[in-house]
Amino acid sequence: MRAMIIDDSRAMRSILRRIVTGLHFETSEAEHGQAALDQMRAGVVPDVCLVDWNMPVMDGYTFITEVRSNPEWRDVTLMMVTTESEQRQIVRALAAGAHEYVIKPFTPDAIVDKLSLLGLVPAGGVRAGDGVTA
Amino acid sequence: MTTSAAFASVSALVRRETSMVYDEGKEYLVEARLNPLAQAKGLGLEEYVARLAFDADERRKVVDALTINETSWFRDHSPYQAFTDTMLPSLLEDRATARHLRIWSAACSSGQEAYSIAMLLDQHLPIGWSYEIVATDISTQMLERVRAGRYSQVEVNRGLPATSLVRYFTRVGRDWEIAERLRERVTVRHLNLAAPYVGLGSFDVIWLRNVLIYFDAATKADILRRMLPMLAPDGYLLLGSSETTLDLPPDLAASWQREQIGRVPAYRRASAMTLSSTGA
Repeated sequence: MRAMIIDDSRAMRSILRRIVTGLHFETSEAEHGQAALDQMRAGVVPDVCLVDWNMPVMDGYTFITEVRSNPEWRDVTLMMVTTESEQRQIVRALAAGAHEYVIKPFTPDAIVDKLSLLGLVPAGGVRAGDGVTA
Repeated sequence: MTTSAAFASVSALVRRETSMVYDEGKEYLVEARLNPLAQAKGLGLEEYVARLAFDADERRKVVDALTINETSWFRDHSPYQAFTDTMLPSLLEDRATARHLRIWSAACSSGQEAYSIAMLLDQHLPIGWSYEIVATDISTQMLERVRAGRYSQVEVNRGLPATSLVRYFTRVGRDWEIAERLRERVTVRHLNLAAPYVGLGSFDVIWLRNVLIYFDAATKADILRRMLPMLAPDGYLLLGSSETTLDLPPDLAASWQREQIGRVPAYRRASAMTLSSTGA
């Protein structure tokens, strides 16, 4: 499984990378939506994108609408990981094609639970440790 | 009082009041949960534990602190899948006249299990049906939380699909509050599983997950013996993924019939299975 981590915070990318590599994902990273799209157009198409909302150049919401508008990428699972916690924003992201939504701060288990909910890791299989909030 | 004496004393207290067993090796857990209580009183851990002998209020807090379990929404997925795919259709057929289901979330902790079931019933019960979920726990603090139906940001991230979050919860400050229409279906009752089950009625499905592991063999057998009449003859009992009825005394083990449903084993009253399999 391949995960692309799209976040303008290097620290956040590093936290997410540690969690998903613990689940045996291969990872790639991008610091905004446009850089992620460029990578995907160049052939780096992941199974799942972990996408922040607020980023420079191209935000996560726009990224999701771009990915969903390309039928070649219909199998890519999209998960927002963001501080945006307004109900209407969550509804907007889901309507635009996000499959799941994790609100920062989160515990590593939250990411594992959601990936498992999406069928990307076995339920209750690998744990990424707990007690850490990011 | 030394640390090991403090641990022995606390584990004896919890065992006396709840029948739960805290074996050696769980010292870190006891320490992590009791330190905040000790600090709140301005005491060291050993001093605090010594005080428990004559302070009933603090004893109650300690029991609460040590019986809280980590929990998430739709924990382990498979039991919920089995519930909606198999148990529910069968119960809908069997209860076509009464059109009412009763579910017991035993050792409900902070209520994620009870409300996860409520969300599924809200989605899958046909119009005209009603349901009640009885959520019991030994911790009064946890029962208050279930009654309030409020969860932190971190808690709603744990296993709750985003679609369910926006459908069933409302933001209240930094927390999320579960919809009134689900809350009013959940009845909260204080109950020690090792004590008699009085006035609970009988249930179509009993969720007794990830709690028997905390009891010794005799208490576990006693609980599963007393669960038998609590379950409707055609009802289902669900245990945690590491729990089983295989290690019970033979007569009791024979009273529970294991039935594989999807990826989870469910337990049914053996007499009911015999009746249905002979066509009686």
